[in-house]
Amino acid sequence: MRISNQWLLEWVNHGLSPEELGHRLTMAGLELDALEPAAPAFSGVVVGKVLEVAPHPDADKLSVCQVDDGSGGPVRVVCGAPNVTEGMHVPFARVGAVLPGDFRIRKARLRGVESSGMLCSAKELGLAEASEGLMQLPGDLAVGTDVREALGLDDTILEVDLTPNRADCLSMAGVAREVATLTGQALRTLELPPVSAQVDDRFAVDIQAPDDCPVYAGRVVRGVNAAAETPLWMRERLRRAGLRSLGPLVDVTNYVMLELGQPMHAFDLARLSGGIEVRRAREGERLVLLDGQEIGLEDEDLVIADREKVLALAGIMGGEASGVGETTRDVFLESAHFSPMAIAGRARRHGLHTDSSHRFERGVDPDLPTRALQRATALLCGIAGGQAGPVVQATGTLVPEPEPVVLRAARIERVLGAPVDPAQVTRILSDLGCRVEPMAGVWRVTPPGFRFDLAIEADFIEEVARVHGYEALPAVVPSLSPDLVRLDESRVPLGRVRDLMADLGYQEAITYSFVDPEWEAAFNPEGAPLELANPISSELAVMRTGLWPGLVKALRHNLNRQQERVRLFEIGLRFNAQANDLKQESVLSAVACGAVRPDQWGEPTRPMDFFDLKGDLESLLSLSHASPVFEAAVHPALHPGRSARVMIDGRPCGWIGTLHPELAARLDLTQEACVMELELDAMTRTMVPKYREQSRFPAIRRDLAIVVDAACPVQQVLDSIRSLEIPALRELIVFDVYTGKGVPDGRKSLALGLILQELSRTLTDEEVDEVMKGIVEQLKQDVGATLRA
Amino acid sequence: MEELRKLVSEAVGAIDAATDTQVLDALRVRYLGKKGVLTEQLKGLGKLPPEERPAAGQAINQAKQAVSDAITARQAALEAEERAASLAAGSVDVTLPGRRQALGGLHPVTRTVERIIDLLGQLGFRVAEGPEVEDDYHNFEALNIPAHHPARAMHDTFYLRDSEHLLLRTHTSPVQVRVMESGKPPFRVIAPGRVYRCDSDLTHSPMFHQVEGLLVDEDVTFAHLRGVLDAFLQAFFEQEDLKTRFRPSYFPFTEPSAEVDIRCVHCGGEGCRVCSHTGWLEVMGCGMVHPNVFAHVGIDSERYTGFAFGLGVERMAMLRYGVNDLRLFFENDVRFLRQFS
Repeated sequence: MRISNQWLLEWVNHGLSPEELGHRLTMAGLELDALEPAAPAFSGVVVGKVLEVAPHPDADKLSVCQVDDGSGGPVRVVCGAPNVTEGMHVPFARVGAVLPGDFRIRKARLRGVESSGMLCSAKELGLAEASEGLMQLPGDLAVGTDVREALGLDDTILEVDLTPNRADCLSMAGVAREVATLTGQALRTLELPPVSAQVDDRFAVDIQAPDDCPVYAGRVVRGVNAAAETPLWMRERLRRAGLRSLGPLVDVTNYVMLELGQPMHAFDLARLSGGIEVRRAREGERLVLLDGQEIGLEDEDLVIADREKVLALAGIMGGEASGVGETTRDVFLESAHFSPMAIAGRARRHGLHTDSSHRFERGVDPDLPTRALQRATALLCGIAGGQAGPVVQATGTLVPEPEPVVLRAARIERVLGAPVDPAQVTRILSDLGCRVEPMAGVWRVTPPGFRFDLAIEADFIEEVARVHGYEALPAVVPSLSPDLVRLDESRVPLGRVRDLMADLGYQEAITYSFVDPEWEAAFNPEGAPLELANPISSELAVMRTGLWPGLVKALRHNLNRQQERVRLFEIGLRFNAQANDLKQESVLSAVACGAVRPDQWGEPTRPMDFFDLKGDLESLLSLSHASPVFEAAVHPALHPGRSARVMIDGRPCGWIGTLHPELAARLDLTQEACVMELELDAMTRTMVPKYREQSRFPAIRRDLAIVVDAACPVQQVLDSIRSLEIPALRELIVFDVYTGKGVPDGRKSLALGLILQELSRTLTDEEVDEVMKGIVEQLKQDVGATLRA
Repeated sequence: MEELRKLVSEAVGAIDAATDTQVLDALRVRYLGKKGVLTEQLKGLGKLPPEERPAAGQAINQAKQAVSDAITARQAALEAEERAASLAAGSVDVTLPGRRQALGGLHPVTRTVERIIDLLGQLGFRVAEGPEVEDDYHNFEALNIPAHHPARAMHDTFYLRDSEHLLLRTHTSPVQVRVMESGKPPFRVIAPGRVYRCDSDLTHSPMFHQVEGLLVDEDVTFAHLRGVLDAFLQAFFEQEDLKTRFRPSYFPFTEPSAEVDIRCVHCGGEGCRVCSHTGWLEVMGCGMVHPNVFAHVGIDSERYTGFAFGLGVERMAMLRYGVNDLRLFFENDVRFLRQFS
């Protein structure tokens, strides 16, 4: 909402500078966005009168003019504007004037003719984006007056950001009421004498959607001059509010909207047939709007129609066919109240947002239509002539009168934490337009019809607090009772997990939860990701079913920026919909590539591989009680020979592997990368530690070298030994894997270390020999192991 | 006697000149060994007349002692030299970098969220969570934003295809509702998390983070809201005199509602680009829980009052750490991320 301070001052003499006013509005909830001058700086421009126009002797498109600038004798000026005529009043920049853009006017010689000044267009004065010819000034302006003064250009525009509850401030009248309340200054009211009918033409109005349209007032005005010039003062006010002048018929309706807040519409009466119907659209009806766009209508849409066709989308935009134009002679003015529920959402569905829909969606004073119609008629007849017919008013389901609400002084204090002076409460609410009946400790308050946001006690408390000023209310840190909550020790805190990942060398990443459908499909071809109905772009169109697409994309971003050693992890939700059951699971995912350590001198380096990431995953899982099992398994995004499903307590909980080389190539990854993803829930479950007695007797280590099939997973070997449930076995270590010389083809050698210890005694060599014999026997049976020669 | 003195002085000279322990050992054998020069002298005592023997014996023993002492001293000196040499040989260049794994670090958003949780945790606020794919009811309806409410337009909601009521939550406020509908007052929770708005430009990201706060009890007032947020903001920015300002605003789920500004942490209120020359920075929205929200979750608003607030994590992180481009948070460039390790 753009507010001209000059115009506002006509309503309320607030006595504040624009800066102070802006601050007061901001601190009352009408946030000041910007202060702008009504016109850019310029000087030395006066009202001039063109006395004489003669052709330039040497140039077809130039004229030589004699201009009276009030300084005495006429001034000779060469002018190129096509619309220069004798007798016209125009802004005249004298020699020495400075126009916007620091453009200095000097004496000049144009094709041999001396020119002392410049006749200006609106654009040259910064008053329009574009101009055709000179700016015509009203003939009643005194020649020689400074144009800034004559046009009141030393005005400030306050651009205010209104919250959706304050529709009442979408007009000068509303802002003025607010300012009067805030400053305690008197509010001037606008006298709106009715314009009596001069002709008898009526145009019937029939409301067929009574709930959507409580009031519809209309009036015929015959014989208007559509080509009449909108007066400069009105054009200026429209301009300062950000509206373009579009001829007197449209300008008047727009002006009344700015002034009083009532959106109006002017129909060309000649294009209407029969009478007005306010109704819901019928299936299949279409309408070409004023902006030329054609839309299909639905039953949800409220329309203004005549007996034959749809004329306008009610409260949103008029139709092209019935709009006023330069040839319009007779108009039908519409001033109606549409209920917010009938308009809300409709404009947006058609991709529209208009000054009218903006207001109706938020609520317009239901008492306004007739008054606004009177105001518009008076203005229109004053500018474009014409004779008005009688006001025709139809009513639907009338908006119920606002109910009084009880406001308790005690409640004000209970909510705000401090009492507010009762006289102050009464004044604030009265000034805002409420009917206030003070009683003992309470008020009966009836909100005005234009305040759609005032209905319950809390609404009035907010108004009191807002106008009284939040800064005037106390700030107190409450004494909160300490609250000892249960801390679940059988959960690994999320912060510990994050910190460990960071300590293992990973940077935490945060990637978008929506990803490119192509990437999503590449990582999870069988998945059916949730699709967004209105994605921000096609590359962010589906919800991720895992975190790899985002992380690998981030990895690529870094690899492409000379980062060769990248470790990233992310904790976040993945979204899976299975049979109408939407699962939003928290997972930890990581990606790693590059050297196993940063470049350094002390140890030979090597590229990291599957087992480095697996080691990190095992470290992570060692925070919990989980004893994970890694099963070789095939995943479409992973190298088929280097991928494993992670099982915890017999349940699949995640994946780890090397990215499939074909996928990596497709994604233009320049290096081999390893990835993992694990359900957070599975890896953070642990147990409260429980002490177990430790042995005081020495442990014995025996190493065992066996040969098994090369394809035999080590897990099977370990499982085979563990199946014996040897009570003394404390630790089982794999310390070498070997193939090559000395081991038959297709076989591999494994070196195992076993640490044995009894709780209550020292083991004898004979006992250990017996155990080892049993293990060798079991291994032979389970995995065909032989002892290495 | 004279001969003995000469012998000792010769021996001590040779001992002091010995350059290693082997030479020293040879000297020990030569003078003090079984067939050593001085030992031979002792053997020669028998040839002396008996009355001279005690004096001569004493002299020879003194000579032996002198040579032995010289050897011991030299031995200690040589060993010390050898130890020093061996240590010198084992020295390293301590300025070489150590062998280490590089540390990673937490994302600045996480870092900021943790800081907020730690600060508000001191006041007893506990973390609550809710889903990111949310339903219309919790995201809007229960928060007093019915269908077609103009406030919905401000939310730029992402909707899911093939669903009437599912959407990506536009704020963390639905967690308020979930907490209140599943428990009994009092409540003292904060809900950090991702939120989504269908908006993307220099200053808007389609995904960002908020922290929601909710305090409901029998006597919670707007003054408490101001007190808590003032204290929180001063603690967060570590500025005890940080000025705040509460401006009336509008959120359908709180009333009265306010937006909270802080004195620009960049220019101190002089006016700069960061604060658009206003001297103030908007950092959060807040207000007293709206009676309609209480009604939706079955809480008696005559008995209980409460306040709620919400802040944008990225905004707080940008102000705290001087980050000037929102998009950096989601590019995941390690050169950016490492700065917060």
